[in-house]
Amino acid sequence: MSSEKNSKSISVTLRVWRQAGPNKPGQFVEYPAHNLSPNMSFLEMLDVVNDELTVKGQEPIAFAHDCREGICGTCSLVINGEPHGPHEGVASCQTYIRSFADGEVVTIEPFRAAPFPVIKDLVTDRSAFDKIQQAGGFITARAGSAPDANATSISKVDADLAMDAAQCIGCGACVAACKNASAMLFVAAKVSHLGILPQGQAERDKRVLAMVNTMDDLGFGGCTNQYECSAACPKLISHDFISRLNGDYIAASFRSMFKQAPAQTDGGAG
Amino acid sequence: MNPLGHLFCSTIGRKVIMAVTGIVLIGFVIGHLVGNLQVFEEPDRINGYAQFLHTLGPVLWVMRITLLVCAGLHIWAATVLTIEDRKARGAVDYRTKTWIQATLSSRYMRWTGYVVLAFVIYHLAQFTLGSVQSASYKENLPEYTMNADYHVMGIPVVHAGTHVHDVRSMVILGFSQPIVAFFYIFAVGLLSLHLLHGAQSLFQTLGLRNSSWGKALRAIVTLACLAYFLGNLAIPGAVLTGHLKLNPASASSTP
Repeated sequence: MSSEKNSKSISVTLRVWRQAGPNKPGQFVEYPAHNLSPNMSFLEMLDVVNDELTVKGQEPIAFAHDCREGICGTCSLVINGEPHGPHEGVASCQTYIRSFADGEVVTIEPFRAAPFPVIKDLVTDRSAFDKIQQAGGFITARAGSAPDANATSISKVDADLAMDAAQCIGCGACVAACKNASAMLFVAAKVSHLGILPQGQAERDKRVLAMVNTMDDLGFGGCTNQYECSAACPKLISHDFISRLNGDYIAASFRSMFKQAPAQTDGGAG
Repeated sequence: MNPLGHLFCSTIGRKVIMAVTGIVLIGFVIGHLVGNLQVFEEPDRINGYAQFLHTLGPVLWVMRITLLVCAGLHIWAATVLTIEDRKARGAVDYRTKTWIQATLSSRYMRWTGYVVLAFVIYHLAQFTLGSVQSASYKENLPEYTMNADYHVMGIPVVHAGTHVHDVRSMVILGFSQPIVAFFYIFAVGLLSLHLLHGAQSLFQTLGLRNSSWGKALRAIVTLACLAYFLGNLAIPGAVLTGHLKLNPASASSTP
């Protein structure tokens, strides 16, 4: 990239969704953002705008952020209609001002999904994902310490595949990008990451049934196989995992029909 | 939950219903086209074929009811899923709506579905029930006399000399009205577009697609949809361009 382009300052107009609180009416408000360094991150630009708003005595724009290095999944903006902005495999925090043209009007919206209600401005409550995780996104076997982990051999292919799925940072961009606000890519990543590994086999059927059930109960939509989710995913998680989730769910549904249930399920030995 | 509960009550289950009924309906439309292409051979073929289907009696009804149930479930699942999907977005939608990579055919599944449904209703009214364009309906046309036996897998099923409905003339007279022929071509075009997404999507829904063969699947489905469209275009196209003509016997006896 030329140094000339990187040194020239950029001015844009922000069109931001402002909403005072949950269930309050919201609206778009325009803010000018002048003399921005092209090498500023998108969130740094919002910090600068917020500083100006604070100095003027106005309410700063609320937006979610934490690590600012693309690994925590906290940032959650829809920039010009695309979750996490224009670049592939990049979170909002790693999007830079040089990606925008001088004078451009940049629309910033919160993730839109019924299970992700807006808390304030651009901040949404994504605890629905935690509820899905709590339904089955864990193993009950003792994983032990590092040497114990090595006692179970795992093929390189399976390990790599599981790690591809485990890259999910739970940001919710898949839900935001899907026209049905479907959480299938998130659930697929969580189900696959444990389901591919030997340690995850004990609860494999129970996990996929419980997580899909919770996903449906929380009001996420269905998958139309348009793959907008994987295109928006900052970790580029493949929609192949959705196919795997579907297969796992179908198989688990059939197996659950023939599974013998214990006489009582509560209490341990003695 | 029992498996039937999983099938009807979960989003994935309803998608499985879409996929499985889709397979049945795709099988039907392909078989239907292959059967109909016999119109390009001598009149004995298509008329004998139609007569053979009618002689199946209860088997024909089992097939018809299966297709109706599949179409019904396909539409039911689509409707329920669409209602849920719209609710899932929440009260406020995006101001800026963009597509990142969704294919054209996937974006218009609902609209192509509506047109195909309207077409199927007209198609049944025209050729199966005779409630529209009844002047050219098979029961109102002079009967056709078979010149030779019609064979299915080497077995003669309709014998020479049998009086049968003149399906061939019904098709040619039906498509002689350009507006009907063009609607037919338009609808099968949209059906092909519907299948372009649907036939790939069902593999994903059933957990069979992945990127190791996803491109091959796309290529196969695209070619199949193109072939399906051209096959369907051939019949009204040949009537409109005059390549498919009434046979002299029925032409002379038709007022």
